[in-house]
Amino acid sequence: MQATVGARGFDVGLSLAPGETVAVLGPNGAGKSTLLSVIAGLLRPDSGRAVIDGKVLFDLDGGASVWTAPHHRRTALLAQEPLLFPHLTALENVAFGPRSAGTARKAARESAREWLAAVDAGDLAARRPAELSGGQAQRVAVARALAANPEVLLLDEPMAALDIHAAPLLRRLLKKVLAGRRAIIITHDVLDALMLADRVVILEGGRIAEEGPTRQVLQRPRSRFAAGLAGLNLIPGTITATGIRTAGGLEVAGHQDEDLFPVGSGTPNTGGQPGVAAFPPSAVSVFLSEAHGSPRNSFPVTVTDLEQHGDQIRVRAGGMSADITPAASADLGLAPGMTVYFVIKAAAVAVYPA
Amino acid sequence: MNRGRGSGYHGVPRWVYAIAAAGAVFVLLPLAAMAARVNWPQFIPLVTSESSLTALGLSLRTSAASTALCIVFGVPLALVLARSSFPGQRLLRAFVLLPLVLPPVVGGIALLYTFGRQGLLGRSLGAAGIQIAFSTTAVVLAQTFVALPFLVVSLEGALRTAGGRYEAVAATLGARPTTVLRRVTVPLVLPGLASGAVLSFARSLGEFGATLTFAGSLQGVTRTLPLEIYLQRETDADAAVALSLVLVAVAVTVVGLTYRRPGRPGQRSSPAGGAAGGRLDGAR
Repeated sequence: MQATVGARGFDVGLSLAPGETVAVLGPNGAGKSTLLSVIAGLLRPDSGRAVIDGKVLFDLDGGASVWTAPHHRRTALLAQEPLLFPHLTALENVAFGPRSAGTARKAARESAREWLAAVDAGDLAARRPAELSGGQAQRVAVARALAANPEVLLLDEPMAALDIHAAPLLRRLLKKVLAGRRAIIITHDVLDALMLADRVVILEGGRIAEEGPTRQVLQRPRSRFAAGLAGLNLIPGTITATGIRTAGGLEVAGHQDEDLFPVGSGTPNTGGQPGVAAFPPSAVSVFLSEAHGSPRNSFPVTVTDLEQHGDQIRVRAGGMSADITPAASADLGLAPGMTVYFVIKAAAVAVYPA
Repeated sequence: MNRGRGSGYHGVPRWVYAIAAAGAVFVLLPLAAMAARVNWPQFIPLVTSESSLTALGLSLRTSAASTALCIVFGVPLALVLARSSFPGQRLLRAFVLLPLVLPPVVGGIALLYTFGRQGLLGRSLGAAGIQIAFSTTAVVLAQTFVALPFLVVSLEGALRTAGGRYEAVAATLGARPTTVLRRVTVPLVLPGLASGAVLSFARSLGEFGATLTFAGSLQGVTRTLPLEIYLQRETDADAAVALSLVLVAVAVTVVGLTYRRPGRPGQRSSPAGGAAGGRLDGAR
């Protein structure tokens, strides 16, 4: 599928293999929900084309534009809130999809009962949505979406409205039901991407900033957003023989990740093509004076923030983060506004093309 | 119901209560004055006289018919106004709501020039052998004309409050628009639809000006209860007062039915709803 929505600066192309689950991540307002609305048929893009298994969802590029109504698309949508129909019981809610597809009442109820059992909500069948907790309601909503037998399941932050006890339960359930199913899940949680998705798409400003297998995107992020998710520092620049040169002229020494360079480009690659340097905050040491000795990177930076991060103190400075122990932080007497040196061993810095 | 006495700060100054009390007295005092003028020993014979019963029966029948017409036309109107957007929508809403502020006599004249013998449609209808003006049909049309905005306003509000999100979900589950309307939209706004229908019924029951202008005052055909009261006032004040009290009783019943259970439109209250709702909110 490929679509643009001019008014929202949205321009995204995306394809899913059968049985593939893709996680869409990105900052607020990046166009994640727009993407799902366009696929579900709730929002008409200005141009683009989408096809599922040979069935055209929309084709607005040709002369005669094709637009399939939402109810013919078989793209069930699961939102942040369960949105169970309040006047129907859990069972009738789940039976809604099959009933709408023309299944007889009895058979639809039978299938609804099976789906409720599949999401461990069989005992909630007779309850009305007002009598369900947030987690229970979302499980019933999952059953309702699956009972409609969708070709693509669209999940819009399904865990976001749940409390910390209900979310892991639903995540386990989704892992079970999404296996071998074509689905797109919008999430803010890197855990969802790791557990549920085969592939990750990072949206930024209505465009795809980065995409790839979940593992690769988290280990070797290319966008600032993905680096933040993976908990890595990321410095973009131009690849040199020894590391990266930033636009500001800063030299960052590192080792090149050969697997990510094109085959036959030689090692070390002297390329000059755009690349990034990535390193974890735990590899950064903080000093009050410049440290010498190579191969090391030493950058003077001004501390912007200090915050608790697990049992470490995270020092944010110059767009990078360093994790140090509270004792070390106290020894250094760190405070926002101070100038310190971030020192990173070159061996801890991975350099690869952007 | 929790009246909030002693439960939390409400910040209403004392003098506001004084003015509110004066306002309430202004509404209640005339009703009390009328009730005081009722000739109680003669009450039953007065309201069960043949002309009274005929008028009451006609009023109830025509009001029921016009409420049905309001639902038939008002539900689609409210849906179109609340859910879609098209050029001239604001203008359409303004015109649909016009009868709310229009003097009913003006509405009656407008209807006369539409359905009357020399009217816009009346001429062709007359040629087809259909006479509408000064018939029971005219009463129903006049009442529908003035009562329709009440249903549209209250249903449109309910539709906007309910929002379109349930409908979007229903569509992605494969429900065609008619199914969504029947199984999701209408059940969700049923409380709003019910209160709109009750208000329309009440407005129809009290309709006077447009009815008199467009339908006249023929006993058993177009003379509804308000027209009967106006007529009796000239000759038999006791009968007028007694019938007025009957109308007040009907109106109070109707309003009571509508506002008995204050609840937001689109939300059903259920016995366990309160407790479960609290738990749900807590979980979020």
